[in-house]
Amino acid sequence: MAIETMTIGKAITAGLRKALENDPRVLLMGEDIGKLGGVFRITDGLQKDFGENRVIDSPLAEAGIVGTCVGLAIRGFRPVVEIQFDGFVYPAYDQIVCQVAKMHYRSRGNVKIPMVIRIPFGGGIGAVEHHSESPEGYFAHTAGLKVISVATPSDAYWGIQQAVASDDPIVFFEPKRRYYEKGEVDTSLTVATAPAMHRARVLREGTDATLIAYGPMVRTALDAANAAAEDGRSIEVIDLRSISPIDIATVTASVRKTGRAVVVHEAPSEVSVSSELAARITEECFYSLEAPVLRVTGYDTPYPAARVEEEYLPDLDRVLDGVDRAFGW
Amino acid sequence: MAKGEAARPQRTSRRKAGAGTPAGPDMVQLLTPEGERIERSTGANGVEYSVDFSDEEYRGLYRDLAIVRKLDIEANALCRQGELSIWASLAGQEAAQVGAGRAMRPQDMAFPTYREHGVLYCRGIDPIMPLSLFRGVDQGGWDSDKYKFNMYTIVIGAQSLHGTGYAMGINFDGKVGTSDGEAVMAFMGDGATSQGDVHESMVYAGVFNAPIVFFVQNNQFAISEPLERQTRVPLYQRSSGYGFPGVRVDGNDVLASYAVAKHAMDHARTGNGPMLVEAYTYRMGPHTTTDDPTRYRESAELEEWKAKDPILRMRSFLEKQKVADDAFFASVDADAQEIATDLRDRVLAMPNPQPVSLFDNVYPHGSPLVDAQRAEFTTYHASFEGSAH
Repeated sequence: MAIETMTIGKAITAGLRKALENDPRVLLMGEDIGKLGGVFRITDGLQKDFGENRVIDSPLAEAGIVGTCVGLAIRGFRPVVEIQFDGFVYPAYDQIVCQVAKMHYRSRGNVKIPMVIRIPFGGGIGAVEHHSESPEGYFAHTAGLKVISVATPSDAYWGIQQAVASDDPIVFFEPKRRYYEKGEVDTSLTVATAPAMHRARVLREGTDATLIAYGPMVRTALDAANAAAEDGRSIEVIDLRSISPIDIATVTASVRKTGRAVVVHEAPSEVSVSSELAARITEECFYSLEAPVLRVTGYDTPYPAARVEEEYLPDLDRVLDGVDRAFGW
Repeated sequence: MAKGEAARPQRTSRRKAGAGTPAGPDMVQLLTPEGERIERSTGANGVEYSVDFSDEEYRGLYRDLAIVRKLDIEANALCRQGELSIWASLAGQEAAQVGAGRAMRPQDMAFPTYREHGVLYCRGIDPIMPLSLFRGVDQGGWDSDKYKFNMYTIVIGAQSLHGTGYAMGINFDGKVGTSDGEAVMAFMGDGATSQGDVHESMVYAGVFNAPIVFFVQNNQFAISEPLERQTRVPLYQRSSGYGFPGVRVDGNDVLASYAVAKHAMDHARTGNGPMLVEAYTYRMGPHTTTDDPTRYRESAELEEWKAKDPILRMRSFLEKQKVADDAFFASVDADAQEIATDLRDRVLAMPNPQPVSLFDNVYPHGSPLVDAQRAEFTTYHASFEGSAH
């Protein structure tokens, strides 16, 4: 055991450093990731240590970042792309959906695109528009992509290394407002022995209801579960970790036990990850359910101005309200 | 004015000065439309171009041109007979494609559109490959690494970024800067030059000094829209905005197309960075078999370009030089016919894919969601009476 305490942000930095050390074909590309170390400093110091050909400051063009990394992947590199903010991924959307996701399929397996697309996502940082979005649903809907989100320093450290080592194209969502939260990381594990990111994890056991969250909402869900315990309710909390594919077995095992499920995310509710969870849980746990699957999410509006974002984002009270509704059915 | 004349508006030329200005002093040409050899031709980039082929090599180029046209005619016929769902003809662009394709060296990588059947042929890929795509049997699937010819790309211009990234990788691998270095050729049409991806690819290629040649076949039309709807300047001049040279070549002249493409690739492989080649040509047929060019272009224009036909031009040259005789042309025709017949036979014998194969290769190592759907699909089909499943 070698336990280190680090923030989620620094855990990703350390994981990227390991990935660059372990495989000379790994390279990083993005805007301002070199000397500046990225706007969130996630690539801090990496260009200095690995050089400008492996930690590449790109021109300011997101389709170009992803599109040239497709070509680099075809040549045998393993590119890790940084999209500066969630709302800036859309210029690259065509390259991600039409090229990154489909190349392996249309080439009958001849061409792999082992690319990781890192996206700091979610709100709560008081930013101007386009800096607080949760676009994971767009990518989860696209066959050929895998989508994961980390919520703990351990998953940040090992998850990014697993993503880089995977042959799948992976969209890797980082909870930007949680970058500075600390936790323990066992650095003596390996990419193979660390908990695999395609499995959901029960972070807190309970018997009365299941809260399902991912990314920045995991902390909120845990806080809500602790608060509910004071009211005598035993809430199980699941960190989904993999958004596509969803580890439905872990989810359904929990809901069959508790009989209630509340899904929490920042993204709007319509046609979302929670829609999918509600459908799958209903289909597989129908006779175990004491209440319909409920959702606590962002509203179906554009992400609002920062001074009202706290009203838009699910928080402790809204999650507890969702739990209350599940018990009151 | 006689009665009636005023009611018939004069057709104003679509060809405004600038973008559409055809062959002029800026265009490299080594073979006139009549098949006369021009010894040397200087491009807008100041480079003097020529070729020095043996008689055998001249005949080889003609053979390539004739075969790719014959294959294209056969594919069109198969489509008209319902054996392909669609076909994007290369008719008229054979010289540009054979010139570029033969100028590439084995270590070079091509990033094609969906019309590069001539380049595909030059790379040694079985010409049935694009037909299986357009028949709907698969979505490509040749070994793009083995043949150094990437997948066809349908989204216009997207491949220019892939080519640029691949070329950046050549730099990172240190495989550039010598006469046996590697280079990339990214193909596109005139319409693609309006795409953001193409702009970004030229920005990246310039900034990273990537060994790539952007080979634009300006066939004058993006489906129905003429060149003037894409640009106010001749396309080859776009390169100056990105900081690398551009040159226009007569795309119906296989010798000039070869010379310009070869020089550009050597320019790139030796470490001089990107280059833009505009092969000035004409799409003799429709955009695809679903298109109707009579709605948007004059037959007179087509006739004008028929006189510049790339294959007749090469044939005239060979005849004038007495490099080839009737027996040679007859043998090429016979060979082309044989290859086309073989292609037809194989297309007709091509089996449909197994339905369950639609679940294959979504992910390199599978996915529980797709695997579960495959199992459901199999169970569902097995539930029918008499099912072989």
